[in-house]
Amino acid sequence: MLKTYTYPKYEYARPPELSGAAPRRYPVIIVGAGPVGLTAALDCKINGIDAIVLDDDDTVSVGSRGLCYAKRALEVLDRVGVGDAVVNKGVEWNVGRTFQGEKEVYNFNLLPEPDHKRPGMINLQQYYLEQFLVDRCVETDVEIRWKNKVLAVTQHDDHATLQVETPDGLYQIEADWLIVADGARSPIRTMLGLDIEGKVFMDRFLIADVVMKAEFPAERWFWFDPPFHRNQSVLLHREADNVWRIDFQLGWDADPQLERQPERVIPRIKAMLGEDREFDLEWVSVYTFQCRRMASFNHGRVLFAGDAAHQVSPFGARGANSGVQDTDNLVWKLKLVIEGKAPTKLLDTYSLERCWAADENLMNSTRSTDFITPKSTASKTIRTATLQLAQKHAFARKLVNSGRLSVPSYYVDSPLNTPDVDEFNGSMEPGAPLDDAPVSVDGRASWLLDHIGNRFQLMVYCDDASTLDLALLRAVENVEVVVVTSREQPLKGLTVLHDVKGRFAQRFDAKHGTTYLIRPDQHVCARWRTFDAARANAALARATCNA
Amino acid sequence: MALELNPNFRETGKRYHRDFSPGDDFYQLLIDTHRDLTDEQSALLNAKLVLLLANHIGDISTLREAMALAREDV
Repeated sequence: MLKTYTYPKYEYARPPELSGAAPRRYPVIIVGAGPVGLTAALDCKINGIDAIVLDDDDTVSVGSRGLCYAKRALEVLDRVGVGDAVVNKGVEWNVGRTFQGEKEVYNFNLLPEPDHKRPGMINLQQYYLEQFLVDRCVETDVEIRWKNKVLAVTQHDDHATLQVETPDGLYQIEADWLIVADGARSPIRTMLGLDIEGKVFMDRFLIADVVMKAEFPAERWFWFDPPFHRNQSVLLHREADNVWRIDFQLGWDADPQLERQPERVIPRIKAMLGEDREFDLEWVSVYTFQCRRMASFNHGRVLFAGDAAHQVSPFGARGANSGVQDTDNLVWKLKLVIEGKAPTKLLDTYSLERCWAADENLMNSTRSTDFITPKSTASKTIRTATLQLAQKHAFARKLVNSGRLSVPSYYVDSPLNTPDVDEFNGSMEPGAPLDDAPVSVDGRASWLLDHIGNRFQLMVYCDDASTLDLALLRAVENVEVVVVTSREQPLKGLTVLHDVKGRFAQRFDAKHGTTYLIRPDQHVCARWRTFDAARANAALARATCNA
Repeated sequence: MALELNPNFRETGKRYHRDFSPGDDFYQLLIDTHRDLTDEQSALLNAKLVLLLANHIGDISTLREAMALAREDV
């Protein structure tokens, strides 16, 4: 039992298949009601796909687990309708302090870039995120079958069959497509005999969540080799409800059973916080981690996402954040394939693009791990030198790596992109995740990303909308036109976003006539200096494997 | 030539989307260069690296400045 949180218990319902209903085949079945599976389910709902979720448990994540949700994941959560709930409950922090021994090496203020709807990161216990996602599923009539455990999966050419165990017995169910989001140990991955390759990191970490009884600053503190925990690292982070996450590196030889006992944990925390500070121990866990990924995320009718497909070290919060981005990439493609508007090979690009992202996450989190837990005297000496120099010199501060915060991947080499033919500055190249910008619509303040997504869109920028050939814009098929203007100008029958602060023009290097083709997952897939319907349609065909 | 103390890592032909990436590329290269060496071998490698880079920089007043900064806090 936690002091600050009561785990909801979601009700199991006898599945229709066990109440005499004729067995039916679902377009999509999702296994796993964690952050990734639930986000996928909500995204399916938005895309008009009839999907159900199976989960072997009947509550949310036990323990705070995934703690940091980064800007891009928040934008995806916005798209599926839980962004506000997550951000309102989450803790935003800006100040980070890095210590070596007793000395503060430097501190930073993560002051986010202005004029984005979402901050760089918020901290929130995973159970809250899952609860908000479940609430949203209930609101939008997404069926989650609790206490439904998948025992076997059989692949066929055009569907998969699942054996499911419930408190009322076994039943069989079929899916045209199966999304597997059943976590790092992925029973389904094992059932299908699929490999996931990588390595276990030879280290153990203790997580202690504590409730502080007095004020404590909302900052991220990271210690290399602190006096209260010699030769190891310690991280302190704030969560919602005045709970603080303390992460102690223990080393490989630590005994996980012993180390999670309160009589072992409490003295460690007292050594850190001081004898006088009062706190309650909320949750304790000892973990190891692996860095590995599957060679491919799509196997016939079975699609893997999140930890089931790839696992990284926790440094940088690249686990749940990247899993949520997997579904962001997957569901629009699946919709087009289901509707017969794109060939099945579009799903190969899901695997391709998200394998790149997984590799980037693996590389960055492995580098952080190497910095945080040096494996040789030479590595340790180089780190000590870096930390010493960092106290005085900017170049060395840039090298200090206590975790590189999860950021979205640029799919710059994606076959779905149409390469630039015109000159552009800035970072919004084909493959880039869209920057946000403040806009107004009919005089109401809003955000660019609140109007982009869930379908292909053409963003056409103009200084003077009266010079636009509206008939031409309205004649574009299969893609919605969004006009972005430097001044307030309503246009009948078209969405018009007023670039109130000029951030759009700046971030997208937009001039009169500049046109961007945007994917349903808010990534750029093509851009031009002038609008041309034929080119836009060719780029759209390419972005859907219809070229 | 003043000693450069701001971030200065880059690789010709490589594009970076994140400002920490070039420095992290360098750091990984350095750690990888030491992989599987004994402490003594690593110390020798570091010494050779200093000599190679010093010759590349060439300007002795810049090297003097770097040496003075490196000596601080040791």
